[in-house]
Amino acid sequence: MASEYQTHEHDVIVIGAGGAGLRAAIEASAAGVSVGLICKSLLGKAHTVMAEGGMAAAMANVDDRDSWKVHFADTMRGGQYINNWRMAELHAQEAPARVRELEAWGAVFDRTRDGKILQRNFGGHRYPRLAHVGDRTGLEMIRTLQDHGIHQGIQVYMEHTVTALLKDGDRVVGAFGYDRERGYPRLFRAGAIVLATGGIGRAFKITSNSWEYTGDGQSLAYQAGAELMDMEFVQFHPTGMVWPPSVRGILVTEGVRGEGGVLRNKDGKRFMFDDVPENYRNQTAKDPEEGWRYTQGDKNANRPPELLTRDHVARCINREVKAGRGSPHGGVFLDIAWIKEKLPNAPEHIKKKLPSMYHQFMQLAGLDITKEPMEVGPTTHYAMGGIRVDGDTQMSTVPGLFAAGEVAAGLHGANRLGGNSLSDLVVFGKRAGEHAAKFAKDNRAITPAADQVEAAARALLEPFERGASASGDGEGPYKIQYELQDMMQAKVGIVRTEGDMMAALEGIQSLKARAAKVGVVGNREYNPGWHTALDLKNLLTCAEAVTRCAIERKESRGGHFRDDFDQKDPKYATFNNIVKKGPGGSMVLERRPIPEIRADLKQVIEENK
Amino acid sequence: MAKATFRIWRGDANGGEFKDYQTEAGEGMVVLDAVHAVQAEQANDLAVRWNCKAGKCGSCSAEINGMPKLMCMTRLSDLDLSQPVTIQPMQAFPKIRDLVTDVSWNFRVKKTIKKFEPRKPDAADGTWRVDQADVERPQEFRKCIECFLCQDVCHVIRDHQKTDEFIGPRFLVYTAALEMNPIDGADRVDDLKQKHGIGYCNITKCCTKVCPEHITITDNAIIPLKERVADRFYDPIKRLFRVFSGNK
Repeated sequence: MASEYQTHEHDVIVIGAGGAGLRAAIEASAAGVSVGLICKSLLGKAHTVMAEGGMAAAMANVDDRDSWKVHFADTMRGGQYINNWRMAELHAQEAPARVRELEAWGAVFDRTRDGKILQRNFGGHRYPRLAHVGDRTGLEMIRTLQDHGIHQGIQVYMEHTVTALLKDGDRVVGAFGYDRERGYPRLFRAGAIVLATGGIGRAFKITSNSWEYTGDGQSLAYQAGAELMDMEFVQFHPTGMVWPPSVRGILVTEGVRGEGGVLRNKDGKRFMFDDVPENYRNQTAKDPEEGWRYTQGDKNANRPPELLTRDHVARCINREVKAGRGSPHGGVFLDIAWIKEKLPNAPEHIKKKLPSMYHQFMQLAGLDITKEPMEVGPTTHYAMGGIRVDGDTQMSTVPGLFAAGEVAAGLHGANRLGGNSLSDLVVFGKRAGEHAAKFAKDNRAITPAADQVEAAARALLEPFERGASASGDGEGPYKIQYELQDMMQAKVGIVRTEGDMMAALEGIQSLKARAAKVGVVGNREYNPGWHTALDLKNLLTCAEAVTRCAIERKESRGGHFRDDFDQKDPKYATFNNIVKKGPGGSMVLERRPIPEIRADLKQVIEENK
Repeated sequence: MAKATFRIWRGDANGGEFKDYQTEAGEGMVVLDAVHAVQAEQANDLAVRWNCKAGKCGSCSAEINGMPKLMCMTRLSDLDLSQPVTIQPMQAFPKIRDLVTDVSWNFRVKKTIKKFEPRKPDAADGTWRVDQADVERPQEFRKCIECFLCQDVCHVIRDHQKTDEFIGPRFLVYTAALEMNPIDGADRVDDLKQKHGIGYCNITKCCTKVCPEHITITDNAIIPLKERVADRFYDPIKRLFRVFSGNK
């Protein structure tokens, strides 16, 4: 019997309503096509709200030496030169216009003395470059896009999940899913689809990501035949909360260090001065005094080592903890209170500059950051890898399927700079929306083949048919998810080795077998057990891709650090790891040479070394 | 670790009841952790909205021991655990399942408020010049995370169901953010009186009390808007002026 489902049709379907998805939807609808925007949560709750520090754009409002060229060079250096250089170029060139556009849509940024948009310092950025609103820039961005978008005629499907993409030949022509509130199946027909589903943080135990970040977009694209790239590069943000246990992993913004916060071990030593990488040495402060002057806007000072790139700072923290020099709960100390030695009104200054950090620690840890140091440690934060896309159009290797934001790969290479994510969302969200609309105009919507729809509808309800006792021991979906998270954290985390990762790969295969048998209880209305059971496939696909790529890369670079190959190896600088679904259904991996960089861009990098 | 009892409302639009669940109350735990523990171990299908778990997204709104709160920001150590902790969905909105309510009305209301309209740019490059002091007022309102706890506690909505005539504290704050944005040039004062029912608010300040972002909703947003409405519609000199000028 044919399954029952409701059908919706749009020229462009955008999946995910964070910064990238909203920006794509706005651009597509502005191009005059009908747009459906699907999101797993309520509108405005996506993880973009968590972004704190700011949005990188070389507007040169604070330091007129800044330009897109310096931003480009910084992004490439941070990404260890395996970035998609075309994306890094477009990003650096277009970010300022995207910031100004947000202001024209109602965003209220902090100001410079002469009334322009204020910019702050951040790790890996040569000049103060992050447009911001205190430490809640992400909320400002998502709310601005949301409030602009609701007047654009975009149809929003809140609390809907997509479980499969549907194709006609090579081309993607629709999506199948369900609404979470009622559990009704839905078919979405579309001329083009934009994936903007964010990251994969939920594959790890300690993470700053919410339940939503189960790698849906990466997995949907992979199942539809698209290529994933650079999946080994997962960013562990150096400063997550470590205490109390229930808040472990929640982000502490890099803005704390941008405002003068310093990292110390249990002996009170500022350990970051001990290990400054060669390629950052001439951009790093020689002593604490110079570092402080940099945070206060002295143009002749270099940045303090706390503002080195995230991969490096995370590893230094890890090293201190492993050497027994950590804080009581397995982190290190992040101290902003010390600036009272420098500023007369320090407590007020801290509350003004870092209001949500002040509240977060006050309410969740009972700690006053204007008086005491915070305890922090690395937390899984961001996936540099994702769907391989064309730099100009954001189209994946599947015609009609686009990707933007964290779900797409390329811009950040081996390590993302803080602040480059929010700008990524709007720069490439806009491009994806524009080109998806164009594609949809040139390619009419086609009805997906009935057998594909049937298969998707069956898969949706399978966990119910299996019921609670299907797996023998009555295993629920949460147990499998927790085991995966523990394993990925321990074996494919900040420090990796061949043996651990081979064990993880085996573990993933056995979890896959168990996930295929998992059953759920209850009915279809807002049933988180069912939702989690369906998410497992995506998490496991992404975990496998991360592990396979990480085994293949026998060197240490950016977010990928191997204890058994702890140096960078130049021969690995020439390719990206690509995974895709092989003919037999198993994952195949390929080394893809990086196209030679344009001569003018190469020169920009040399000039900014 | 001590066990605590959580009395959680289970049910849907047709009705339901409180059920007791026991789970560990560990150090530093918040109510949402306890709900998640119950969900993972005892009731896989327990419905609850949440996202950031850090008080930034406004998803996990509920009533804890009768008080509208974010579950992720309510620490167990601040509750009396010798008694069962009751957790129920927001009462002002239609129920969907367990702790999840239908808050779609809020999204519809927002669309009825005139959107941001930038005034003429100050600089030749199309940008504006604004003092930090002037952005701080709207910035307070823009801290709003849309948890809708202020809507939940407002008696005009909760007890009198004036949802067709009154937009509620959240959207008065939203309107205030637009009206006080130094770059906005639109006028929403007529709408406040005629479409959005600002007169229904009688300043009991319950909304301010429950706001997890500590926005001074009543004093800083609603009262100044009421003053603008009063100036325009009830100032006798201005009324006379309107009579003579023919402007209503």
